Amino acid sequence: MIAAAHSMYNGSSAPVSAIPELPLDRFLETIMDATGHGWRVIAYFGLPRGVATPLYCLLAEDAEGRLAAMRTVCEGDCLPSLTPACPQLHLFEREIAEQCGLAIEGHPWFKPVRFHRSWVPGRDAWQRPADDPLTVGVMEFFQVAGDEVHEVAVGPVHAGIIEPGHFRFQCHGEEVFHLEISLGFQHRGIERRLIGGPDLKTLRQMEVVAGDTTIGHALAHCMLMETLGQVKVPPRAQVLRGIALELERLANHTGDIGAIAGDTGYLPTASFCGRIRGDILNMTAVLCGSRFGRGVVTPGGTVFDLDAARCDDLLKRLQAVRRDLTDAVELMRSTPSVMARLEGTGTVSREVALELGLVGPAARASGLKRDVRVDHPFGIYRMTHLPLATGFHGDVCARAAVRWQEAEKSLDFVEEQLQQIPTGGHRTDSCPLAANQLAVALTEGWRGEVCHVVLTDDQGRFVRYKIVDPSFHNWQGLAMALRGQQISDFPLCNKSFNLSYCGSDL
Amino acid sequence: MIRAILSRIRQGHRTMPYPNEPLAMPERLRGYPRLTLASGNEMSGDCPYGAYDPAAGGSLDLGRCLFCADCPVAAVSFTTDFQLAVSRRDELIVRPDAGRYHAERLSAQLLKLFGRSLKFREVSAGGCNACEADTNVLSTIGWDLGRFGIQFVASPRHADGLWVTGPVTHNMRQALLDTYAAIPAPKIVVACGACAIGGGPFRGEPEQSDGIDGLLPVDLYIPGCPPHPATILEGLLRLIGRIS
Repeated sequence: MIAAAHSMYNGSSAPVSAIPELPLDRFLETIMDATGHGWRVIAYFGLPRGVATPLYCLLAEDAEGRLAAMRTVCEGDCLPSLTPACPQLHLFEREIAEQCGLAIEGHPWFKPVRFHRSWVPGRDAWQRPADDPLTVGVMEFFQVAGDEVHEVAVGPVHAGIIEPGHFRFQCHGEEVFHLEISLGFQHRGIERRLIGGPDLKTLRQMEVVAGDTTIGHALAHCMLMETLGQVKVPPRAQVLRGIALELERLANHTGDIGAIAGDTGYLPTASFCGRIRGDILNMTAVLCGSRFGRGVVTPGGTVFDLDAARCDDLLKRLQAVRRDLTDAVELMRSTPSVMARLEGTGTVSREVALELGLVGPAARASGLKRDVRVDHPFGIYRMTHLPLATGFHGDVCARAAVRWQEAEKSLDFVEEQLQQIPTGGHRTDSCPLAANQLAVALTEGWRGEVCHVVLTDDQGRFVRYKIVDPSFHNWQGLAMALRGQQISDFPLCNKSFNLSYCGSDL
Repeated sequence: MIRAILSRIRQGHRTMPYPNEPLAMPERLRGYPRLTLASGNEMSGDCPYGAYDPAAGGSLDLGRCLFCADCPVAAVSFTTDFQLAVSRRDELIVRPDAGRYHAERLSAQLLKLFGRSLKFREVSAGGCNACEADTNVLSTIGWDLGRFGIQFVASPRHADGLWVTGPVTHNMRQALLDTYAAIPAPKIVVACGACAIGGGPFRGEPEQSDGIDGLLPVDLYIPGCPPHPATILEGLLRLIGRIS
């Protein structure tokens, strides 16, 4: 029963002592039970400690906006896998194995995630010797055998200007039987260096967890700092943060709609959207000087304010963006050859999306009604409700349509908020962090749910800081979308998800 | 088809006139810094990335600077001057009383080869996708990098140079070196962004290499976190001698 866990809500903290410590079997049963009753896992991680490994699991229930936290201690060097019955845990369990050196017993896909050494010296989930160089991407890939079956390997260095990752396709002619995605190339050791924090570098590092989600991640981090420091964020700052977050969504959705058009060979929409995306980034630069929102949010509020002249300037720019973007998207939607290419390509069924625990537009395109802004509202979204955009078919077309609907909602939101920014300050001073707490914060980045969890020690320093980028949930969704498709569908499917490598690799 | 033509007429020709006309920058852009002479008495914080050195009147290393919105160093303020790219690492050090450096044009021999057609292979080695995105944006119609004969290509075999973003994670180090080796000589190297120059926000952390300095010979340093596309373009245009 989920009643065994401690009930929380988004942006809140609780004393670690209030988080029930369950026996391991009861802890695992509770995860199974809860996920069977509509809860989903938002974070599952260990404290790499040596012999006994404390494990924490945080779950979310979207209909009522509830979060729950519980913990256990795993004695020994082995943890039973729940993945066969609860696939949404597959990457979380592999991550625990890699970080804590715990072997996950019965995991069907037991491989490293980021190819680094365990945080516990001398303890390795795969029993690799200490002098093993742990070469990234070198592992046993799933293979399909048989006549005329062949393998296509792509990456880490790709053809375009994108981040590195390795993709292994098992193909029969043009048809893809299976795609395996192996990452870790971008691993910068972010979670590990946060232990003992925060320090003066922390906020900037949060902004670059995934640089295209600067606001999404920095905001989740600030929400943790604010609940731990009991800082009240002024309403004006909440609105400015909301504007920045929606501009980030708008820019990325616009860019991806253009990229999807480009991959079908439809250049008018690709060209227009590429330029319009830049216009939106320039709006963020009006706010803070950076096209990627660097230096917008800070614990306690925002660094910059918006005066009336800048608001007018932004409203004028927004009008032009709305006109041009609507024109560019309508052009694509009224071109049958483009729509025919998108429809039925890269389908992820509702059942698969649910099992894998997909988040963000990818989940919504498959019919799952989940959006942190609606289900676990934070900041300005507690006051202003955004309509939820969902699709039905789960194909590239649905993901593109959801992106466009969300972009329209973001346009409306930013326009409305720019005209009613509350008066008052935009920044309050931060306070020392509370000791021995667990805090959780969720935001809805443009790719989906961004989750930050922190545990503090008796000095208020970070004992453990867990980051879950939406891509961490969604990479397997991309792999499933390719099943039974043509290998030439990959770029199109990939653009419709547009997942973060560095956000996953951390 | 007629709809596409009508849209094109409506949206108009949008390639910017730069470098023939100046570019308007956002008022809050943090570009080339203005340093006041450090007297040693003012209340000032330290730069957490070690970019500011108060010794000898004070200096700011643009290779380490992240152009933070709330820079703690009292002697540092930023102008909206986006021209930041230079050719040598030590030219990134800004001093209040010293001269200003810009990227230099390629040698006559390289200019003959690359001046009208320069192809890059980009490698992200731990980049956060911001430098990557604002490099990519140069190929959109607004910037239209192709009109200068510069292009990003799919294969290192087709490239004249390597374009690096990111602090060079250990897991990308070999792939980066392999890509460099696959580019036929003569070749040039561009370090784009604070990470590629010196590790950026990750400088000194164990899972990365503090950028490519010391790993590869660098011909163009483009500071910023991330650099504005105008900063990148300006550096490239100086490199190929289109502006000076």
